[in-house]
Amino acid sequence: MPIFAVALAIATGAIIIALSGSSPVDAYKALIEGSLSDSKSIGRTLEKATPLVMGGLAVAFAFKAGLFNIGGQGQLVFGALIAGAVGYGITGLPWIIHTPLALLAGAIAGAMWGAIPGILKASRGAHEVITTIMLNFVALNMTDWLASKVWREEGVIVRTPHIESSAEIPRWGELPTGFFLAVVIAFACWYLLRSTTFGFEIKSVGLNPNAASYAGISVKKIIIMTMSISGLLAALGGAIETQGVVGRYEPGFNAGLGFEGITIALLARTHPLAVIPAAVLIGAMEAGGSMMQFKADVSPEITDIIQALILIFVATPLVVRWFLSQKEANELSVSTTWGS
Amino acid sequence: MPSNTLALEATGISKTFGSVKANDQITLEVKKGKIHALLGENGAGKSTLVNILFGLYKADSGVVKVNGKAVELGRPKDAIDRGIGMVHQHFQLVPILTVAENIVLGNEPANKANVIDIENAKEKVRELAEKYQLEVDTEATVEDLPVGTQQRVEILRSLYRKADILILDEPTAVLTPQETDHLLQVLKKLASQGVAVIFITHKLREVLEVADEVTVMRNGQVVGSTTPSETDESGLAEMMVGRSVVLRVSKEASSPDETVLTVRNLSVKDDRKLLAVNDLSLEVRSGEIFGIAGVEGNGQRELVETITGLRNINAGEIFIGETSITEFSPRQISELGVAHIPEDREKHGLIGSHSVADNLILNRYYKSPFSNRGIRQQKAIASYAKEMVEKFDIRTPSIETPSSSLSGGNKQKAIAAREFSHNARLLVASQPTRGIDVGSIEFVHQQLIKQRDQGLAVLLVSAELDEILSLSDRIGVIYRGQLIVTANAADLDRNRIGRIMTTGSDIT
Repeated sequence: MPIFAVALAIATGAIIIALSGSSPVDAYKALIEGSLSDSKSIGRTLEKATPLVMGGLAVAFAFKAGLFNIGGQGQLVFGALIAGAVGYGITGLPWIIHTPLALLAGAIAGAMWGAIPGILKASRGAHEVITTIMLNFVALNMTDWLASKVWREEGVIVRTPHIESSAEIPRWGELPTGFFLAVVIAFACWYLLRSTTFGFEIKSVGLNPNAASYAGISVKKIIIMTMSISGLLAALGGAIETQGVVGRYEPGFNAGLGFEGITIALLARTHPLAVIPAAVLIGAMEAGGSMMQFKADVSPEITDIIQALILIFVATPLVVRWFLSQKEANELSVSTTWGS
Repeated sequence: MPSNTLALEATGISKTFGSVKANDQITLEVKKGKIHALLGENGAGKSTLVNILFGLYKADSGVVKVNGKAVELGRPKDAIDRGIGMVHQHFQLVPILTVAENIVLGNEPANKANVIDIENAKEKVRELAEKYQLEVDTEATVEDLPVGTQQRVEILRSLYRKADILILDEPTAVLTPQETDHLLQVLKKLASQGVAVIFITHKLREVLEVADEVTVMRNGQVVGSTTPSETDESGLAEMMVGRSVVLRVSKEASSPDETVLTVRNLSVKDDRKLLAVNDLSLEVRSGEIFGIAGVEGNGQRELVETITGLRNINAGEIFIGETSITEFSPRQISELGVAHIPEDREKHGLIGSHSVADNLILNRYYKSPFSNRGIRQQKAIASYAKEMVEKFDIRTPSIETPSSSLSGGNKQKAIAAREFSHNARLLVASQPTRGIDVGSIEFVHQQLIKQRDQGLAVLLVSAELDEILSLSDRIGVIYRGQLIVTANAADLDRNRIGRIMTTGSDIT
């Protein structure tokens, strides 16, 4: 189904490009050239995709427990900042210790930040959508303050100093190693949900919390742990971004990245492995967008429009189904209302 | 009006869902002014048939005639226009509107300015209620009304739309015994005023009590038609199931041993923070079935939830054996050997999207051999599930099928299989046969007796007085959170229990 949504969005995008006076064929050619033509462009695509994989996993994982984590942005900037602080603040370590240490520090910061809405929900019943949105603002302002007052680099630009080279995630040729780390984590999430007792508990709580507590599962514990893991995943995306791409924490650099996780998770239908191609797709559009402007004179915003269209078509399956077959849509609406 | 003219006539109705023939050449004739019972087990195709008659499903083939004229029922409006009304199992009322508003909804009387004339609406509803002797408070908000009254509102709404053919889909499944009796009287009254009533049920006693004619369905086909005067409960059961069924379990006298469950001066509050269980004490010994009889909503749910750890104790104490479980979690209580067949199988008993296999291990998925160091052991789970499916005759396409697609009876069998295999000392069985077919009821009852004979202590909570009477060794009658009388089953009769559970008093 998401494949149809993507195809439909690309087709609609072509019409919009044509209406704006450019050639859709040239535009899409340029888009592919800028994102998938050689190892350099592929490297850029994967680099863009990495935080999207992590953000998508964060949302998808929480969703398995029936939780909607909108706080990816806040968790991500926290992870990015703390990884940056550990990356420059600690010196003299060999890379084999320093790199994972900074990643871990960022991840733990995100886990703690993610646990807060979990605890609020478990103890007070506060809805996580509200609390995670509000905590995004807190996180953004807190990281801004930390970066401008506490860990600020000398000079006019508000940012942390560049991390030690021992904390940098190296590239593998043109390809970002961080992406492969994200893929491994996606597989780990998939395995955890599919084959472990803990994963069974998470899914049980998500599908039917009443029956889960009847079966002796502590729903509160699962909510807190799931939110915390979700925060950890998003934050790890931020830490990889700091250590593998940006080299430091700079406020505003990661703007909006955390929110794209929602798009990715929706596109992947919250399947942890499907998050990878979904993130690569969106990553490719971002990587190829500038080439599209350069070669075909199409504004890079057109990729945003296509992304938005994909989201709309994925989120409204009936629209797509109507395109595919009107009859099917009719029968669906009847059988969902009156299944007996 | 001659009473033998046909109000509704369906011929050769067939409907297929995927590979399942839900209705296969069904023929149904309903006479004016008669109550026609449609009887059959879950999954027999009764609901499909009436959904076709009400225009919710489109039949693959077949003809429906209303008052002798062939009609096309493409959507519910077509059916309503032809005087067909339907009361669904799940009521289609707007909870925050008043009774009168709900009844006129969609057909509101309006004044000249095209504004709803609520006084006129109330008046019309009052007239209607009087005509059919269905008393309702027109100004009451629907959500505040008991289920039985809400159902009356549904019936009135159909009558308001001038229905002279009224379909009721399992109307008694949600009612207390008193409400059921009242509904049956109402149906008789409606029939006497010329309304044709189609009444879906799988409760045999109700059929014999009110039906003029009975059509029995099995596996999507009509297997026979009869009248109550020509048959009895076991005859009907045999038609439904296709074999002879034991309606009354035979059991030996119990030989109770040590006390397993002790409830001492227990008080519990309900969700609205009102006292639901009030200073209640009881004991259940191993090898006996202790039945709690009572009208629903008298604290049974809260009592069960407290014993199983899902609800907090307000005052008093509960012991399993010698252990006080006041501070215990559901998991800890389960570990002490307490099994629980919950009242609401969809809400508590099963996780619908999980496979049958996963639901069969829901109370011990975390233990060996199903889990080893936190990793699920798929092979062990599968082989155990296969064994259970076979042993308890759970009808499912495979153990990987989501449990939500099982029939009600098979869902209940899956829950029973899980809880009976718990190696428990105490089983708390709450409404264990609610809404399931005769064959499955027979099975669950026999299992309960078998487990009792093997030394299990059973606390049975049921709104079906017959169930309590036929299974229990001792009976406690609950009224407003208190056990009014506790006695040996042999010392209590149906009338006395009925009196206590409705009035709270044992004085004649």
